[in-house]
Amino acid sequence: MDLALSDEQRMIVDMVRRFVREEILPLEENLDPDADELPPEELARLVEIVKEMGLYGLDTPPEYGGPEIDLVTRSLIAIECSQHRAGLYAPCYYAFGGARQAQMFEATDAQKDKYLYPMLRGEKKVFFGLSEPSGGSDPARAIQTRAVRDGDDWVLNGTKLWISGADRADYGLLFARTGGPGRKGVTCFIVETDWPGFHVRRVVHTLRSAKYATEIQLEDLRVPHENILGEEGGGFSIASERLSRQRIPYAAECIGVAVKANEMAVEYAKIRETFGAPLSSRQGIQWMLVENEIDLRTARLFVLDAADKADRGESYRMESALAKLIASEASGRVVDRSMQIHGGLGVAKDLPLERWYRELRIRRIGEGPSEVQKHVIAREIFGSGLH
Amino acid sequence: MAVRLDKPWIPLTADGVKQLAGHLGVYQLANDAGDIVYIGVAGGRSLFGLKGELEAKLKAPPAGATQFRVEVNMAYSTRHKELLGAYRNDHGGDLPVANTDVDVRMLGRLSPG
Repeated sequence: MDLALSDEQRMIVDMVRRFVREEILPLEENLDPDADELPPEELARLVEIVKEMGLYGLDTPPEYGGPEIDLVTRSLIAIECSQHRAGLYAPCYYAFGGARQAQMFEATDAQKDKYLYPMLRGEKKVFFGLSEPSGGSDPARAIQTRAVRDGDDWVLNGTKLWISGADRADYGLLFARTGGPGRKGVTCFIVETDWPGFHVRRVVHTLRSAKYATEIQLEDLRVPHENILGEEGGGFSIASERLSRQRIPYAAECIGVAVKANEMAVEYAKIRETFGAPLSSRQGIQWMLVENEIDLRTARLFVLDAADKADRGESYRMESALAKLIASEASGRVVDRSMQIHGGLGVAKDLPLERWYRELRIRRIGEGPSEVQKHVIAREIFGSGLH
Repeated sequence: MAVRLDKPWIPLTADGVKQLAGHLGVYQLANDAGDIVYIGVAGGRSLFGLKGELEAKLKAPPAGATQFRVEVNMAYSTRHKELLGAYRNDHGGDLPVANTDVDVRMLGRLSPG
C-alpha cells in the first residue's frame, strides 16, 4: 500500500482541516459541551461552504450527486472532520451531509422517487432500525419483530432498541422476520413514522448526547407490500453489506478525536510544570505520549489499509473488522492517557476530553463490539464454518 | 426511569431554591394548578448548575410559575429533549408557554404511552 497522499488528497485534507479550525471550533466556544446540533440557519450556512468545497454528501455515490472520492479519501476526511468536541458522533455537525442510509440505493424507481431523492436533497430524515432488545450484533438470529402478510400489506409487531434519530425521522428502514429463523427469514421495509402503529416510546439515555438512541414500538403497523426494500427475505444481506463498508470511516472518526486529544496532551505536557520541571521532562509522561504515538500510527495504518483494499475491489471483511477493532480500542487508550496527563482538568467539562472519553467507550460496542470483530476475524482465519 | 417527571413540586421561593446544589440536570416550573409552564436545563455552561438556573428563574419567573421540581442528570441534554417531547405529545404538539427559547425544529416526536 502506498501511504503517500496524492496532491488531491492533501488539498482535501488541508481544506477540511481549515474548515474545522475556522468554522467549527469557534462555534463550539458558545455551545453547551454536550451540544450535538446547530440551529438550522447556522447549519445551512455551513452546508453552503461545504458545497462550494465540492464535498457535500460524502456518503452519496457520484451518480446520485455525491463527490468523486474513494474510501481512502473518505477516511482521511473522517479523521479531520471529527477533530472537535462533538466530532465523534456529530462530525462538523453534519455539514458534510449527515448520515445516509446506503441501503436506499437498492430501492425500486418508485421508491427512489418517493424516499431516496428527498433524503439526498436533505428534505427528509431517515432512520435505520435493525437492533432489538434481544440483541444487535447477531441480527440474523436476534430479530423477533414479526411481519405477517395481510392482503397487499404486511402487519408489523415488535420492539426496536438503540435506534438513532427515529424521533426526528420522516421514514426509516425496519428489519422484520417474514420467514423462519436465520438470515433468509429477514426482510427490510421502508416505513413512514406518521403511520398508525409506529411509536417512539422513549429516549435511551447513554454516555453520549449526540445521535441519541430511541426505543420504537410497532403495534399492528401496516406497511404496503410495495415498501419492501430489495427482496422478501433479502433484508440481512442489505444490512450486512452496509455494516462492513461503514465500519471503515466509523473507525477513522475514532482516530480523529484521538489525534486531537494527543495534540492537546503534548502541548499541555510542555507548559505544565510539577516540582519545578515541565511534565514533558518526566519519563512517565513521555512514555504515555510514546504509547499514544504507537496507537495512533497503528490505527491509521489499519484503517487506510482496509479502505485501500475496498477501493481496489478486493475482499475487505477482515481488514474492516481489524480497522474497527484497533481504531476504537487504540483511540480509547489515547484519550484515556491524554486525560491522565491533564490531571483534574482532563475530567472537567471545560475541555472536550471527558466527552471524547465517554463517547469512545461506546465505539467499542457500536457497529459491532470488539468481540464480534474478533469473531469476524477468527471466521476469516478458520473459514466460514466457525459459529 | 420514567419518561415523565413525577416528583413533588417545591415552592419557587428562596427557601425552596436554597435546598439545591450545583448539579447538572433538568427542571420544570409550574403554576399553582401544577400545569407545567417551563422545562429547563442546567447544562455544562450553567454557572452553579441547577441552583444557578433556579435562582435566575426565582429573580425573573416566567408568568405564573410558582413551583418547581428538578432531576439531577448528567445526560441533561437528551433528558431535556425527552421531557419536551413527552410534553408535546401530551399537549397536542404545543410546548410549555414559557419555552419560547426552544426551536421545535430541533425536537423529535415521542409517544411515550
